[in-house]
Amino acid sequence: MTTTTAPATGTRPAPRTRHRPSRRTRTRRALYWTAVHSTAIALALMFLAPLAFMLLTAVMTDRQALTSSFWPHTWNWDNFHRAFTGDMVRWTLNSVLYASVTTLLVVTSSIPVAYALARFRFRGRSTALVLVIATMMLPPQVTMVPLYIVWSRFHLTGTLWPLILPGLFGDAFSIFLLRQFLVSIPGEYADAARVDGCGELRTMLRVVLPMARPAIAAVALFQFFYCWNDYFGPLVYANPDHWTLAVGVASFRAAHHVEWNLTMAATLLTTLPVITVFFLAQRVFVQGVTLTGVKG
Amino acid sequence: MTALTAPRAAAGAGTRARRRNRLRVLAFLSPWLVGLGLFFGYPLAATLYFSFTRYDLFTLKYVGFANYRFLLHDTDAWRAMKNTMWLVAVMVPLRLLFGLGIAQLLTQIKRGGSLLRSVFYLPYLIPPVSATVAFVFVTNPGTGPFPALTRHLGFALPDFFNDPSWSRPGLTLMGLWAVGDLMILLLAALLDVPRSLYEAAVLDGANAWQRFRYVTLPSISPVLAFCAVTGVIQTLQYFTQAMVAAKVAAGQADTPGTQVAPGYPDGSTLTFPQWLYDEGFRQFNMGYACVLALAMFAVGMLFTLFLLRRFRAFTSQEAR
Repeated sequence: MTTTTAPATGTRPAPRTRHRPSRRTRTRRALYWTAVHSTAIALALMFLAPLAFMLLTAVMTDRQALTSSFWPHTWNWDNFHRAFTGDMVRWTLNSVLYASVTTLLVVTSSIPVAYALARFRFRGRSTALVLVIATMMLPPQVTMVPLYIVWSRFHLTGTLWPLILPGLFGDAFSIFLLRQFLVSIPGEYADAARVDGCGELRTMLRVVLPMARPAIAAVALFQFFYCWNDYFGPLVYANPDHWTLAVGVASFRAAHHVEWNLTMAATLLTTLPVITVFFLAQRVFVQGVTLTGVKG
Repeated sequence: MTALTAPRAAAGAGTRARRRNRLRVLAFLSPWLVGLGLFFGYPLAATLYFSFTRYDLFTLKYVGFANYRFLLHDTDAWRAMKNTMWLVAVMVPLRLLFGLGIAQLLTQIKRGGSLLRSVFYLPYLIPPVSATVAFVFVTNPGTGPFPALTRHLGFALPDFFNDPSWSRPGLTLMGLWAVGDLMILLLAALLDVPRSLYEAAVLDGANAWQRFRYVTLPSISPVLAFCAVTGVIQTLQYFTQAMVAAKVAAGQADTPGTQVAPGYPDGSTLTFPQWLYDEGFRQFNMGYACVLALAMFAVGMLFTLFLLRRFRAFTSQEAR
């Protein structure tokens, strides 16, 4: 505890002298420190409690999960195995297919668009950017009816293709995020490459994109988890054969009557990949969040 | 060589270079331009067209303004709108306040701050469907651990997702649990406030509240406003949590196989996008669903325009 912490803490202005702070100041600081830390820890416990209860319930026996007891009598880890059978495996495969293919398509198709919006000078550029933001903010429900009608003409309703194929044409959020990163790369690199006789496409692929790798990773992660978490899209389009985890888990409870333990195991299984990837790629995530550029 | 790097130098070569430039721009933008037409322009125009028809995927009939007139008398639509507005008016500000409170708390913690930050962010990472299923479970009065816990402590929790007057507060509570997104943004904003400002305020004899009111708040207000507007836009689309909570909670009372009316209990969690979904994709009143979609579009665009005006930096050429 040095005097330099004074501005942030709630103590009175401590003069920066060589004297030790007075006893009263020290007591007040200790009290403040205790208050802050105990509030934070209490809140943290409340944030973690539902997760802890999910885990504890997931390993209970079927019978115990029907009681309101907190602690499992026996730890039945094979509940995860029991939850992850049959339908659940198919939903997982569908989720992986939907999320990975869409991510691949969206990233590939969004890169050139973001590059053009960040690097090229042309008339209507700011209009284009405004349109990108407008489509980003557009609720997916607004355009759903006519799109559903179109996809039904192609006999693709019932599958996940109506959700995957639009990835071929870029995604507004990914374009916006990539563009925000690309404008931050100094133009000199690209200019140097151009002087050396590099075409615009080669410049983008060889010079600019390697520098944008963290941003591309962030965009890919966001897109992957958007699809992984998406409930509305698969709910509208997919028939039970093409259900994803989100739709499946939502109706898990009804299908398994009152087996809360298996239901909790299923919710944890869908959460696990997200949390694992988050902790492995925390830096990329945080960078992505700050890229949304709210410092207006 | 020089003509290539500075195309506007020579007039004759300039027009050709400019045409090349335009083609190049078009080529790079082409995926998005096609997508804009297919997934934005066309559906919007079609929504407008279908809103004047009665269409169930098989027969199409022009009905003029009948769908619009029906909206005026559709009590469910108005109830859904009211519920959505309730969430916008209550959940958005509460989440902002709570997120700001936690962020402010985290700035005061020197050691273990990053661990706590991860803990507060964690619930936001849980997929919304899973988070909702879990939240309904931990608060259900029969077997839920939270009601059991508070019974030990001597008070009873409300029956959040089965009681019409508590279901939206229940959803709000869940929104507070998943406040991680706002917390991260606001924490970054708080840490960006120059320390010298606080030191100057302290020298002027400002107390903790005054420092917050006259130093912190003005510095983070752009971020706060951004969070508020995007929060409103997101909440206007609030669908997944409400729908799943109703489904899971109703599963307890309902026999399997029966179709549950949307918005269990008693229409209290019926949000506007849910009503649109119900009309369009369960009852296949496509024409009427388009009217609802247009209403959503209008309100959503209003807030988006506000966002764009307020945050011109969004579209600025340079990175900040």
